[in-house]
Amino acid sequence: MKFLIYILLLPACLFSQEKISGMIMEANDKNEHIGLAGANVYWLDTEIGTVTDIDGKFTIPYKSGYKKLVISYIGFKTDTLTITEAKMIHHWLEPTDSLDAITITSRKQATAKSYLSASNVINVSSDELLKAACCNLSESFETNPSIDVNFADAVTGARQIKMLGLTSPYILIATENIPSIRGASQAFGLSFIPGTWVESIQITKGAGSVVNGYESIAGQINAELVKPSTDNKLFVNAYGSVNGRLELNTHVNTKISDKWSTGLYLHGNIREEKFDKNEDSFLDMPLQKQINVMNRWQYIDTKNGFVSFINFKFLNDQKQTGQINFNSDTDMLTTNAWGSEIDTQRYEVSAKLGYVNPDIPWQSIGIQTAYSSHKQDSYFGLKQYDITHNSLYTNAIYNSIISDSRHKIKTGISYTYDSYDEFLDTQNLNSNYERIERALGTFFEYNFDDLDKFNITAGIRVDSHNLLGTFLTPRLHARYTPWSKSALRASFGRGKRSANIFAENQNIFGTSRNINILNTNGNIYGLNPEIAWNYGLSFLQGFNLFGKKADITIDYYKTNFQNQVVVDFENPREVNFYNLDGKSYANSFQFELNYNLFENFDLRTAYKFYDVKTDYLVGRLEKPLIPKHRLFANASYETNKKADASQWKLDATYNWLGTQRFSSTETNPIQYQLSERTPTVGTLNTQITRVFSESFEIYLGAENLTNVRQPNPILGANDPFGSNFDTNFVYGPIFGSMYYAGLRFKIN
Amino acid sequence: MKKIIIIAMLFTGMTLFAQNKNAKASLEVDGVCMMCKSRIEKACLATKGVKSASWDVKTHELKLFFDENKTNLKAIEKNIAAVGHDTKQIKATDEAYALVHPCCKYRDEQIVGDHKE
Repeated sequence: MKFLIYILLLPACLFSQEKISGMIMEANDKNEHIGLAGANVYWLDTEIGTVTDIDGKFTIPYKSGYKKLVISYIGFKTDTLTITEAKMIHHWLEPTDSLDAITITSRKQATAKSYLSASNVINVSSDELLKAACCNLSESFETNPSIDVNFADAVTGARQIKMLGLTSPYILIATENIPSIRGASQAFGLSFIPGTWVESIQITKGAGSVVNGYESIAGQINAELVKPSTDNKLFVNAYGSVNGRLELNTHVNTKISDKWSTGLYLHGNIREEKFDKNEDSFLDMPLQKQINVMNRWQYIDTKNGFVSFINFKFLNDQKQTGQINFNSDTDMLTTNAWGSEIDTQRYEVSAKLGYVNPDIPWQSIGIQTAYSSHKQDSYFGLKQYDITHNSLYTNAIYNSIISDSRHKIKTGISYTYDSYDEFLDTQNLNSNYERIERALGTFFEYNFDDLDKFNITAGIRVDSHNLLGTFLTPRLHARYTPWSKSALRASFGRGKRSANIFAENQNIFGTSRNINILNTNGNIYGLNPEIAWNYGLSFLQGFNLFGKKADITIDYYKTNFQNQVVVDFENPREVNFYNLDGKSYANSFQFELNYNLFENFDLRTAYKFYDVKTDYLVGRLEKPLIPKHRLFANASYETNKKADASQWKLDATYNWLGTQRFSSTETNPIQYQLSERTPTVGTLNTQITRVFSESFEIYLGAENLTNVRQPNPILGANDPFGSNFDTNFVYGPIFGSMYYAGLRFKIN
Repeated sequence: MKKIIIIAMLFTGMTLFAQNKNAKASLEVDGVCMMCKSRIEKACLATKGVKSASWDVKTHELKLFFDENKTNLKAIEKNIAAVGHDTKQIKATDEAYALVHPCCKYRDEQIVGDHKE
């Protein structure tokens, strides 16, 4: 049957030019040329192959990337020949009594797209996460074309992510399916999840599932954390960079009984050195200190079908930024020097209980609950901002089937409680904002899978919210496979959320702009909830190019806002928040090509086009600082693992951003005016990892290798208390090239 | 008195015959690959009353859950044979077997061997 596959695949190899021919013979004492008809001849790890003819002769396409030629025939030993050049092959096969099996190894992909699921999900495994020394979750997406990581904010150093041209508040970010980065933690939350804690990440483009709530608009990101029962017994990761950042991660996991395991995960990072490479008197990166502790308890009872997790987390994070001569003891909230401090404390307790009926495996119940308390005290120059956010989340899900396992259902109820208490000390705004949000919801999701070509997930939820009202959230995802190795997907869905205008936009404090809220009759800061519809189409096609695996993905997503809280920077003296009057949309197109160029070498390339526009008070404009065109390329290579597990891994990522619009600076004095658009920016990151053994590896990396720098990231840096001071015009790296090194040690 | 006993016995009899809505069964079905898996499972689920079917490529074990009120093992096996796969009890007809994909000709030793590689 393999012959047939080869025949079917022949068109795929028609492109290749070179061919090798040869003859396969039956081994005999006299070395006579006895041709072996019908033997399989193929390149290892490919689907390029042929069958010998009646005389034992064959011709097979050849490329220099092909090294191992496998020859097999029933009743003979399977041989693998190493081919270095395209010359005639004569080979004798030895007969054997037993059928000799060869193992065809196929490398697991670090980032995998599903050909089967209804939604457009990208799974990022821990292998992918190791490609960049992602110190925390915000840096985990650098090798992924679907998520755009912004350059660090000029003041806070925080990195925002974007998906489909929309910023992270429009993405539902969950840890183990519990929404975690929302509300007060929106701005810095991604840096509160250390990279080593992350086991894998699932990125869903488009509306997402109704099970996790009504808030997601652009998509969902779920981070699975390492689990006590499967993580290393001991794991140590140390990291240091030339920009003065030091990090230490340790994991200790123990099995307490046959059912209980526990893990303690500690993370600390510190940066105490001051850098001002561009000599604008401002720190290029904030000074920071973070202690982050997690304790997990895992209970597994497979016999009775129970699984449970209990987690405790504690975080203390301190950042100081601003002018290099700023001393917080003497200069805090004075005009001696401009400075800012952000102190965050966060406690979190979460628990999960899952039950799968051992007799009826399709019936399961899951209950999740999480409580978090998040407190941020901060000031930015003369502006003060404090927020306390207490949040409770509970969700109960029941899984079952209708009539048979092709029809699956999920249903359940959820309850969320959020209390926000904000203190603000800025001009012309109230100093206290308090609000409580309560939502009780119920959801139902139906999945039909014909086990072949078609798969659909349709969900709806009803929520009753004290400020957003009672509303429906429909979501639909469908997949159709028109021909082999392909998937055509479509989705649509609605999302609704309350915008935490200050917590999500803390960059507004790093300016001299007056902050205004132009509406008064809404429930949230006088504003109305944001409502958007997202529609998407995606096509994935896998194929073989010159005998190596490749796939292309074409995505088109459209988000239309019915209402949006517009953040308007178009007047350089003001930041205005108001309800959308007119249209606001984000259209995104992505073309992605992944290609396994040769053995152990993967290439991932993408082109992205964003059309993100909003009707501002001054008219319809492109959203500031979103490039229309983006290019992405990632190449990774690893040597074959030796018997002692040692290997080299190399990785390089290139990002190119087209020009981006600056919000208007027309009315500024001439020395504080900026061009209409930014220049283009291209950055290159590389990392090399040397694995010595199963338990030890070191890595060395460079971010922004070509030393690209934005010349004047801060407007009015010479006069930070003057009316033109603004840190919101960052479009490129501030620090220039940065080198780092680290090690990982693990005992299993 | 006798009548009561008889009635009581009838009742126990009835309970004894009560049909299991989630009856479990496990049987061997011949096949070789993931395509076979999909074909076998689809044939099972197409049988009214079958709730879940999963076939293991390596062990050839088919695990079934079905409603005994609506179907029985024989009916399911018939449907499996109808799409060309043999069970211990019912063998697929040559016509049905002829319809399976060339890659799935599990009766052909060479093809079975190919899949073992």
